Amino acid sequence: MKTKALVTILYIVFLLLPIYWLLNMSLKTNEEILSTFSLWPQDLTFANYMVIFTDPSWYNGYINSTIYVVLNTIITLLVALPAAYAFSRYNFMGDKHLFFWLLTNRMAPPAVFALPFFQLYSAVGLFDTHIAVALAHCLFNIPLAVWILEGFMSGVPREIDETAYIDGYSFPRFFTRIFTPMISSGIGVAAFFCFMFSWVELLLARTLTSVDAKSISATMTRTVSASGLDWGVLAAAGILTIIPGILVIYFVRNYIAKGFALGRV
Amino acid sequence: MNKWSDNRAWWLVLPVVLIVAFSAVIPLMTVVNYAFQDTFGNNEFYWAGIEWFQEVLRSDRFHGALGRQFLFSFIILSIEIPLGIAIALAMPKKGLWVPFCLILMALPLLIPWNVVGTIWQIFGRIDIGLLGATLDGLGIEYNYTQNALDAWVTLIVMDVWHWTSLVVLLCYAGLQSIPDAYYQAARIDGASKWATFRFIQLPKMNRVLLIAVLLRFMDSFMIYTEPFVVTGGGPGNATTFLSIDLVQMAIGQFDLGPAAAMSLVYFLIILLFSWVFFTVMSYLDRAES
Repeated sequence: MKTKALVTILYIVFLLLPIYWLLNMSLKTNEEILSTFSLWPQDLTFANYMVIFTDPSWYNGYINSTIYVVLNTIITLLVALPAAYAFSRYNFMGDKHLFFWLLTNRMAPPAVFALPFFQLYSAVGLFDTHIAVALAHCLFNIPLAVWILEGFMSGVPREIDETAYIDGYSFPRFFTRIFTPMISSGIGVAAFFCFMFSWVELLLARTLTSVDAKSISATMTRTVSASGLDWGVLAAAGILTIIPGILVIYFVRNYIAKGFALGRV
Repeated sequence: MNKWSDNRAWWLVLPVVLIVAFSAVIPLMTVVNYAFQDTFGNNEFYWAGIEWFQEVLRSDRFHGALGRQFLFSFIILSIEIPLGIAIALAMPKKGLWVPFCLILMALPLLIPWNVVGTIWQIFGRIDIGLLGATLDGLGIEYNYTQNALDAWVTLIVMDVWHWTSLVVLLCYAGLQSIPDAYYQAARIDGASKWATFRFIQLPKMNRVLLIAVLLRFMDSFMIYTEPFVVTGGGPGNATTFLSIDLVQMAIGQFDLGPAAAMSLVYFLIILLFSWVFFTVMSYLDRAES
């Protein structure tokens, strides 16, 4: 029993050390980072965070990221819900092929799509808008959401649908009033994954934006390449990107294990 | 579960098909278009046939990137899968510590990939990073920007740090679904720990393990952001994986033809693996029911 606890604790320490180091650096001044090596800040400062909260080019990054992540989650769920219902309840022409085709999109390397996306969205005048990034992220989020939701929906017995139709419910009314509340935990898990994969993605978000919809991750990489060495501010920006993740995990903590099994265990 | 047969279900799938077609089929057709044509500017294109494919498939640059990519994915899988299973087995089954462990373990999964890169870029530096400074203090020569082996070790440790939790959480969910009765039966039969693992826990986990292997294979095969931030593909091109190479070619040098041909080859490799996975998964589904 003791070795088991030790393994778990060692693993968690291994996970937390690099994050602690980032937090440590974000609370130091640049002089201290470069001159002395210390395990905790000698001269505690919040100046790095103040830079981010007062400079629009920094905090707009967070706002832009949040906007496209939320947009993406809404679009994905709206279209994935009926599709997942169709896959879990009906046999229809080409259903297996369609499902496989959807899954292959989850597996398409974003690098393959970066350039064509840039041209496509420029051609239709959506370049550098939030909706462009949100739509681009649908590429991998929709297949995943359909997959997760289909797993949860298959867990609901079909008799429920039949009873509701006999009771005179129309399909839209049944779907919104009865069915959706029954799989609310599945929707939560799907939303969590959409949030997660959209929030962490950089390549497409960076390719599709330049100024108005620039994401926080793009802001960070561009700052690195331009001025290079403001480590304190960079560390503070990194810490701030972790916070939404922590909040989201906290809200869905009971579904996490289940959701990672994609509702299919 | 037997399903209703009804082709009107297509109406429910239609929105998904439209959006995915817009964001996948149209761009893919553009790629196919470039792969078979050559241009001298001015938007004038000439049919090039399979010239680009021949060029890409014969180039040392592509072979190098592909080889590195397979090696990287292989190392990642052979470390993360066993480690993930071991940690899932070691985790407490119930109690106050469970949500605590789950939250801490899920943390690396929710950090933006470029921040993961930044964290390790800093962590490994000899002058300001804990890892680099500790190794330096111990007298071990370590420099991930100069030494190819160090760069590889850094990227692998980073990926283990980043993604092992996904395997852990999947396996943990699989283990949770085993009823207590199974363990009691094993105890009565006097099964050893290994036998319990081999004949009860592993078979119950094979489904989620398959998902874990697939997700880890795909994501490590498409890895771009983290190595791009940490090493930028260097030193030299020691850590230039397929995606990094592709982005360099397409957006850096604007070599559209070869880049498009390479994209298609890259995509076909992944498609082949997904097909194998999908076949195995539907086979398991049928075997279960």
